[in-house]
Amino acid sequence: MIELRHIQKTFRVSRRSAGLSQAVKSLFRREYETVNALQDVSFTIRDGEMVGYIGPNGAGKSSTIKIMSGVLTPDGGECTINGRVPWKERTAHVREIGVVFGQRSQLWWDVPVIDSFELIRDIYRVDSQAYHKTLSRLTELLQIGEIVKTPARQLSLGQRMRCEIAASLLHNPKILFLDEPTIGLDAVSKLAVRDFIRAINRENGTTVILTTHDMQDIEALTERILLIGKGRILLDGSLSDLKARNSSHKTLTVAYEGGVLPSWEEITVKENKEGRAVLSVDTRTLSISEAISRISAAVGVKDISVTGESIDELVVSLYQEFAI
Amino acid sequence: MKLYFKFVAMQLKCQMQYKASFFMMALGQFLVSFTAFLSIFFLFTRFHTVQDYSFSEILICFSVILTSFSLTECFVRGFDVFPRLIQSGNLDRILVRPRGEIFQVLTSTIEFSRVGRFLQAAAMLIYAIPASGIAWTPDKIFTLLLMLIGGIAVFSGLFILYAALSFFTIEGLEFMNIFTDGSREFGRYPLSVYGEGILKFYTYIIPIALFQYYPFLYLIGRSDDFRLSLLPLLGFLFVIPCYAFFRFGLRHYQSTGS
Repeated sequence: MIELRHIQKTFRVSRRSAGLSQAVKSLFRREYETVNALQDVSFTIRDGEMVGYIGPNGAGKSSTIKIMSGVLTPDGGECTINGRVPWKERTAHVREIGVVFGQRSQLWWDVPVIDSFELIRDIYRVDSQAYHKTLSRLTELLQIGEIVKTPARQLSLGQRMRCEIAASLLHNPKILFLDEPTIGLDAVSKLAVRDFIRAINRENGTTVILTTHDMQDIEALTERILLIGKGRILLDGSLSDLKARNSSHKTLTVAYEGGVLPSWEEITVKENKEGRAVLSVDTRTLSISEAISRISAAVGVKDISVTGESIDELVVSLYQEFAI
Repeated sequence: MKLYFKFVAMQLKCQMQYKASFFMMALGQFLVSFTAFLSIFFLFTRFHTVQDYSFSEILICFSVILTSFSLTECFVRGFDVFPRLIQSGNLDRILVRPRGEIFQVLTSTIEFSRVGRFLQAAAMLIYAIPASGIAWTPDKIFTLLLMLIGGIAVFSGLFILYAALSFFTIEGLEFMNIFTDGSREFGRYPLSVYGEGILKFYTYIIPIALFQYYPFLYLIGRSDDFRLSLLPLLGFLFVIPCYAFFRFGLRHYQSTGS
């Protein structure tokens, strides 16, 4: 159980204008600006949930993850995770969590991955029987049986990311924080990582909190979305809520022959040439079935497809709606 | 403790990956401190004493400082390169692991190539011990050991202080080298040769003299006061405020953006 109430965090950042003279000036007098990274963040996540934490760059995603993992101390507010305050009982807390910082490695660069795993086992005091059980399961699921014998520096990004994820799960954490786990991965590796995250959530009941910019990750993995912008939680709901709320417009793509498409009040024609038309229907005023029957009455329909707004578009429209 | 050796083994494995680099670093370290030794040596071929201290006495002083400094640099290096740990974001990683921060910073970098400097210091000490003409009674041996241990404590304190400051300015704090490398260089000679002011500074502000000058006086028989040889223990007290300051810095840790 993760509970955050009114978490605040400010950073002091030094600012100066461009140019050498300004740089010299800032040597002596520096101007600081206070940045409110997190203004008022509150949410609750139950055990076993899988939550997507999204927001534009600089919205405060990583800061929140760092507070929840005990790295940063917030300036105000309360945070309890499994009954503990992360930054107060750091060692007890981190034993129960796994963290993957997508852009940083936790493996020792110059030695085979398996050596890193063994040291991590000792750091977390995992007993050898449990370790072997977890390791064999992880190597099987992530297909890293062969590559763990290679030094980390020689792995491809996709291989390394799979090893990173394995490394953060060796101690069987109850909660897994993934900070951009699919960043820079190719399609195959992304799918492998997603499958794995889903499996670990379903089979071990691991709570997963995932930050990402990849909307396919969100669509494939999470039921619940937290949208953060300018240091506040703007939206907390399920993916289908979000879709229902924003996708009242459906797009109809029609291929037709014979006849001319008339114009209706409820249907906007976005594109229409060479027997192919893209139409937008506001489902609040006109049902999809009604729209289709009107179209097929007017022209000879060869093919028709209905699509909602893509999740990417959805998120962009959300950003616009909240002006972030 | 067992885990500490596992970390040592890991660091050793990593550093052995680059054999040539390792040996050249070690050799370089050796040569650098060897020139320092030569400068003293040539000084004494011209002048036979410095403020009534003989060559072999100075050598004891020098090798004690160098031994404790090189050992500290080897094993407490994590604090010396701490700004790097912050910049690279590896401190975040340390903080999400269930072990003490101090322990993990210590094990994050162990600089074996400093063995060059250490060998140099040890060789000098081995030469100076019989050459100094000191009668090595148990109390003198005890004093020498305390000097070495006290030195490691004070230098560790300085490194921790350096690390703590880097919480507030992510940039490297080169001026702190005045106190770390500076103390090492100053410490070649008994601190009294620099005059009263410097001696007071190194007694009350940065307690180098506590393990170098005062017990040294007892060691070479200039003083009979056995209490002087216990002064290095006070050097351990220096670590306490340094550590407290480090904890204070950790609470204000801002991390780096990602």
